[in-house]
Amino acid sequence: MFDLISFIPRAVVQSIPLLYGSTGETLTEKSGNLNLGIPGIMYVGGICGVIGAFFYEQSVGPQAIHPILAVLIPLLCTLAGSLCMGLIYCFLTVTLRANQNVTGLALTTFGVGFGNFFGGSLIKLTGSEVPSIALSATSSYFSKSLPFASKLGWFGKIFLSYGFLAYLAIAIAFATSYFLKHTRKGLQLRAVGESPATADAAGVNITRYKYMATCIGSMIAGLGGLYYVMDYACGVWSNDAFGDRGWLAIALVIFTIWRPNVGVLASMLFGGLYILYLYIPTGTNLSVKELYKMLPYIVTIIVLVITSMRNKREDQPPASLGTPYFREER
Amino acid sequence: MHNQKGMPLFHITKRKALPWYGAWLIRGAAILMALVVCAVVTTALTGENPIEIYKTIWKGAFGTQRKIWILGQNIAILLCVSLAVTPAFKMHFWNVGGEGQILIGGLATAACMILLGDKLPNWLLILTMVAASCLAGAIWGAIPAFFKAKWNTNETLFTLMMNYVATQLVAFFVILWEVPKGAGKIGIINQSTEAGWLPVIGGYKYLLNILVVAVITILMHFYLSRSKHGYEIAVVGESERTARYIGIKVEKVIIRTMILSGAICGIAGLLLVGGTDHTITTTISGGRGFTAVMVSWLAKFNPLIMVFTSFLLVFLSRGASEISTSFGLNHSFGDILTGIILFFIIGSEFFISYKLSIRKSGKKEA
Repeated sequence: MFDLISFIPRAVVQSIPLLYGSTGETLTEKSGNLNLGIPGIMYVGGICGVIGAFFYEQSVGPQAIHPILAVLIPLLCTLAGSLCMGLIYCFLTVTLRANQNVTGLALTTFGVGFGNFFGGSLIKLTGSEVPSIALSATSSYFSKSLPFASKLGWFGKIFLSYGFLAYLAIAIAFATSYFLKHTRKGLQLRAVGESPATADAAGVNITRYKYMATCIGSMIAGLGGLYYVMDYACGVWSNDAFGDRGWLAIALVIFTIWRPNVGVLASMLFGGLYILYLYIPTGTNLSVKELYKMLPYIVTIIVLVITSMRNKREDQPPASLGTPYFREER
Repeated sequence: MHNQKGMPLFHITKRKALPWYGAWLIRGAAILMALVVCAVVTTALTGENPIEIYKTIWKGAFGTQRKIWILGQNIAILLCVSLAVTPAFKMHFWNVGGEGQILIGGLATAACMILLGDKLPNWLLILTMVAASCLAGAIWGAIPAFFKAKWNTNETLFTLMMNYVATQLVAFFVILWEVPKGAGKIGIINQSTEAGWLPVIGGYKYLLNILVVAVITILMHFYLSRSKHGYEIAVVGESERTARYIGIKVEKVIIRTMILSGAICGIAGLLLVGGTDHTITTTISGGRGFTAVMVSWLAKFNPLIMVFTSFLLVFLSRGASEISTSFGLNHSFGDILTGIILFFIIGSEFFISYKLSIRKSGKKEA
């Protein structure tokens, strides 16, 4: 029997990193920057949070940590780390006008390497005497759900059983959606992504908008990495565990046709598809499970094809996506 | 960076064509600066003398004869994938699906070896493997190309997704064919009969791969610079409208080029599975599909320069992995160094196309 009440919370938990990633990437793409470095940025976001929490736990001891500091320190470290990645990307693509695809892929190589390196060598480098990075004390503050959630039966399990970062993800997605559609700054940002030359002529500072959108987008995406380690993985960093979620987040941007509010539900659908193979009875035939793992990618391909076939104007990517803007080359 | 009058402090102008040695001087300087930064980072983390570190890198790449052969083999495969994606890039088709096309080519090779290993004479088996791997890679490349040509579907994301479909397909067949049952891997295929193993030339295991890729490099150079197809690719890349205007069938060029691109990736899969590894895993391509994008771009899509750029990246990653082993660091250290060097090279391209002059304060702009 398909156990919906245990399936939905697991799908939601899977969806949160994807939602952070896709919200951040949507904001970035609206400025005309196709940031393929998102997978790397999410790794860096995750590992920076781990480093911050690790040093804090080491310095005061896991029993004595203060709840607010235990949340704030990793959070700020994550934001700082992913901001740096965003700045590298902007400096190369906006200021130095480099190719966005190549820069993004280099950023991913760097970021994934950075995450796995510090994840694997943090203990050796600091010379501390713990067997593995297990930040269960810090993690318990991140994954703390409302105290009465468990008393509310299935309702509590489906809606209230998550840590605060999960609700923050949904809030950020709606806020981004509102920002893009209903504010003056959002309108100007979309103008930068659609036609930078026009926006420039109208007096919009292209460079500033591109920098701001990409850096804030990176910081949002970085939080996805933090959520993954601290809440989903219970504070245990294992190399390459984050996997291909970063690429899936980029796929989600297309799936949602550049609308973060749609992303809230779409990411849950993706999260569900991501773990569906665990719930489909295949008996002893393990190989079929591998085929089920294809589902999220195949669905993305289908959506990609359908949106391009329908060719509706409001469903298209930002017109200048992937192309740098040089004022003097108009 | 503004002075009091609100004028930008720097003044950027487009350079007139830089002589070739100027461009290489800038790139060389960028690599040198990158190496200095890498040395600082490594020293900060390991506390070792930077000169020692560079000696270790050198040793990792050229230390023993075996290491030199492995270096050659890695360069050959990376170069093969880079050559494969280049024609697509030249027409501004961002094929980041090299990874999937290698995997599917390798899968086709492995399928022939497993299913036909004892049914066909060896020469016929190898011919079948070559045909199957090319065909599989070509199909994998042609699918996104078809949708791009027909409905302008975003190819970067399509090819990216195809990678994961291919990975899962390989994972499926690995479990289906696993030896022994439950091991989760295939192991060496046809170990006793060596059926379908590509021939070893003169006792050097990697020589055949290197020769095959050398031939492909030369052919690709002439294909891109001397043939009608190469010209059409260049025109489509520069301006699709111009291409249509002068009567080039853009859809046909896109699909044809991606078939070629996929087929060469398939050959890379063949060389890996049939030539050296004699088995297949989901990680057999090792990220080369992505690294190839950078190799190709750094070489400005010139097949001959790609020999050097792929050498550079393989040299660094082999050297960095030697650093990680000898200093007891995590293996991913190499990725960090590669990333830093790439940032510098990517950034240096700006100084090749543009000139930066500092605006004199107080002097009126003409």
